[in-house]
Amino acid sequence: MSETADRVKKIVVEHLGVEAEKVTEDASFIDDLGADSLDIVELVMAFEEEFGVEIPDDAAEKISTVKDAITFIDANKG
Amino acid sequence: MRRVVVTGLGLVTPLGADVETVWKNILAAKSGAGQITRFDASGYACTIACEVKPAGTENGFDPNLRVDHKVQRQVDPFIIYGIDAAGQALEDAGLTDMSEEERFRAGCSIGAGIGGLPGIASESIVLHEKGPRRVSPHFVHGRLINLISGQVSIKYGLMGPNHAVVTACSTGAHSIGDAARMIALDDADVMLAGGAEGAICPLGIAGFAQARALSTNFNATPERASRPWDKDRDGFVMGEGAGVVVLEEYERAKARGAKIYGEVLGYGLSGDAYHVTAPHPEGSGAFRSMEMAMRKSGLAMSDIDYVNAHGTSTPLGDELELGAVRRLFGSEISNISMSSTKSAIGHLLGGAGAVESIFCLLAMRDQIAPPTLNLENPSDGCQGIDLVPLKAKERKIKAVLNNSFGFGGTNASLVMKAL
Repeated sequence: MSETADRVKKIVVEHLGVEAEKVTEDASFIDDLGADSLDIVELVMAFEEEFGVEIPDDAAEKISTVKDAITFIDANKG
Repeated sequence: MRRVVVTGLGLVTPLGADVETVWKNILAAKSGAGQITRFDASGYACTIACEVKPAGTENGFDPNLRVDHKVQRQVDPFIIYGIDAAGQALEDAGLTDMSEEERFRAGCSIGAGIGGLPGIASESIVLHEKGPRRVSPHFVHGRLINLISGQVSIKYGLMGPNHAVVTACSTGAHSIGDAARMIALDDADVMLAGGAEGAICPLGIAGFAQARALSTNFNATPERASRPWDKDRDGFVMGEGAGVVVLEEYERAKARGAKIYGEVLGYGLSGDAYHVTAPHPEGSGAFRSMEMAMRKSGLAMSDIDYVNAHGTSTPLGDELELGAVRRLFGSEISNISMSSTKSAIGHLLGGAGAVESIFCLLAMRDQIAPPTLNLENPSDGCQGIDLVPLKAKERKIKAVLNNSFGFGGTNASLVMKAL
């Protein structure tokens, strides 16, 4: 797993209180990890802080899996 | 009118996070006071408080027992304390597995005096330093006072009345009184009722200290600071935690063979209409609140054995309350024992009235009056009444009166009796 993936996974585990094994790249935040829409807002904020990226609302709406988050971050971090 | 009884108890306090541990410590005259550890309070007028102790330490509270990890991250401490105490009470009552039909008739009335002050303070700093896009999406519903009732109703599927009292330091008593009426008036059959607080934070301590309400002369000896009716008292010690009871309609409780701690017989409420923080100089509001609760209960003054006083250890309040009790009870005052358990766990603000009602019920169960710690030299005017100084006292206790008074001049009294 890439360094980005490791850090994303850590944030998801901490924020959603789920077991690390469940946080696979294909996992959907809502369907597989029990998040609601506000949890996703919080996760996006945490990703922004951690990686120093800005995730605009329209991009955030397209992030539904762990992989979506990693891909966006890798493409946009400085 | 339908009768209302108490069938479950839950406590999170500075002296333990389950009912029997707390009660054992209260009867052993232990104090939950110490130096503030939540933040660096050096430089504050008051550096002491009665904090809920961390998990894994003596009398500690483990939030993981009953509160989901995700919820813990999102909400202020008062909500965490409240959810846990409510869970304890439901478990004690044996009501964690109610049918959907029963849960339509089961509700929550769990309030707080101040609510999420620590979170409001810290998120204000986030807003100031990092801007609006960094404010947590859980900020609002993690701080609102009615979110104990909200969270508890969701966790346990309770679909009856969902209510939250906010009457400063009388919140806990008003919550129980109001919820008992909801059952009496047939709005519900079961109510989780009580109060919580978790305001030991820089703003909370600074604010109450500036209002000249906190003890400041005992920073070096915190266990001696809360001393109701004592000549050297100089203010209250802030506590935190929660108390929640299960109230249940009597016939229903009897039919299912529930353990019954006591019956809520009388509830009194009044306003001082005098001053925002100072009590009425003749204790008029306190008197009328107690008088109403006694009248509603149908009991005679001679029936009351124990009074759990508001008794915060402030110079003005303690004696005015005692004066009102003296006027109400007349010559019967020599037969009652009256104590302030705030001497042991501090002032739980919105949680106080509920926690102290639980102590009243346990006093009836075990026939013992909890002590008033540090009452070494009673003030003039404290003669002729047993204030249970320093040590618990075994005695007959069949009926009790509990007082709670709050900023704004709000007063609540509850009369409860063993069956």
